[in-house]
Amino acid sequence: MSLPDAEELLADLAAQMRPQVTPDTALVGLRTGGVWLAQRLHALLGLSQPAGSLDVSFYRDDYAKRGLSRDTRASSLPFDVEGRHLILVDDVLHTGRTIRAALNELFDYGRPAKVELAVLIDRGGRQLPVAPTYCATRLEPPAGTRVKLAQDGERLALRLQQEQE
Amino acid sequence: MARNPQLNKHGELQHLLTTEGLPRDVITRILDTAEPFAGVAEREVKKVPLLRGKSVFNLFFENSTRTRTTFEIAAKRLSADVINLNISTSSTNKGETLLDTVDNLAAMQADMFVVRHASSGAPYLIAQHLEATGRDHIHVVNAGDGRHAHPTQGLLDMYTIRHYKRDFTQLSVAIVGDILHSRVARSQIHALTTLGVPDLRAIAPKTLLPHDIERLGCRVYNDMREGLRGVDVVMMLRLQNERMQGSLLPSAQEYFKFFGLTEDKLAVAKPDAIVLHPGPMNRGVEIDSAVADGRQAVILPQVTFGIAVRMAVMAMLAGGNA
Repeated sequence: MSLPDAEELLADLAAQMRPQVTPDTALVGLRTGGVWLAQRLHALLGLSQPAGSLDVSFYRDDYAKRGLSRDTRASSLPFDVEGRHLILVDDVLHTGRTIRAALNELFDYGRPAKVELAVLIDRGGRQLPVAPTYCATRLEPPAGTRVKLAQDGERLALRLQQEQE
Repeated sequence: MARNPQLNKHGELQHLLTTEGLPRDVITRILDTAEPFAGVAEREVKKVPLLRGKSVFNLFFENSTRTRTTFEIAAKRLSADVINLNISTSSTNKGETLLDTVDNLAAMQADMFVVRHASSGAPYLIAQHLEATGRDHIHVVNAGDGRHAHPTQGLLDMYTIRHYKRDFTQLSVAIVGDILHSRVARSQIHALTTLGVPDLRAIAPKTLLPHDIERLGCRVYNDMREGLRGVDVVMMLRLQNERMQGSLLPSAQEYFKFFGLTEDKLAVAKPDAIVLHPGPMNRGVEIDSAVADGRQAVILPQVTFGIAVRMAVMAMLAGGNA
């Protein structure tokens, strides 16, 4: 199947978000694709707060089954979460479990005023009541595959991968 | 070759009993995993939910308030329930065997035992017993056994060294003090050699050195200034006061004169050398206050890093069992 151009989707996502953000809005990218997206959106939207990054490994619901991921990194929210408008940013929204983990982690930093969700792709298959606030496209990859964001030099690109067991 | 008793059949950490024979990639993984845990204490809520609903039993057959407290804090920051048993004042005094105690606590749905014991090998005995009886969902962490090992102390020292010096394969490291009686020294030596430290030195009076120390990969120095020349890292050991009562040492003053770390002796090390100490310190015996409180000491960061390293060990043990 042919995948849409990630740069076009990114421009579309930024256009949707632009009317809703203020200079004090902070973006929080989810590792790893969401972090790249949040950095690009941060520049496109001209926000004053630096973009944060979350690694939700400590909050995942499959820890008992799979253990801790090998490349867990520290989360970094370089702004005060208390009372702030936050937008979680991820490349692909699927089951909603990552977003659940991210919301739990966010609230351990403080009580934000509002949390929204921006994703490049909604691929369906939700297992939790989670919906994106901003979404560039809907797309269902063929069974047994997954869409991943990749960095191609300065540009972002989408790739189709075999689903890992 | 016998299977490493600390690793499961997938090569993952099942128990942490000693740094001896622990593969380099497992040590590195523990240190890497500790890094994100170090940030947890900086947040509004100093806790993550990984061990929510798990019961960690601190089994201290030998007193150690500090080590027990750091394990307790680490487990609590992982959201585990922590039960402290000070067994030196409890059932073994009534005649219960070690393994009966373990069976009783396992029957209370323990998920992890943190064990401190005066006898070398006690944590290994517990781990073996749990596996032989099919309870391999229960994990054992050695918090110090006899003169054998104190692996989390050794690992937090490795974390501290890596934090300040990055590359182990370029370092000169000196371990100073009562190496003969020190489980900390043994855990440090095994970890440092596994991580590839090319120049490892043991500095001590002859009466406080194990006879096979060179086989472990250390060069021996009986003169402190000679041994400290040009080192990047100085690892001090605690001098246990009871050693003074035997014939091993003349007096604390005498020991301080020759093996106490003073600014004057430290001056022959590299100017950016760091000084570690596992605590509690005997100021004026193995270390001078001017050094303990000086710019090269990283003794308090060691304590902070120790929590993150213990969190990492517990999180690596408890996950992936379902």
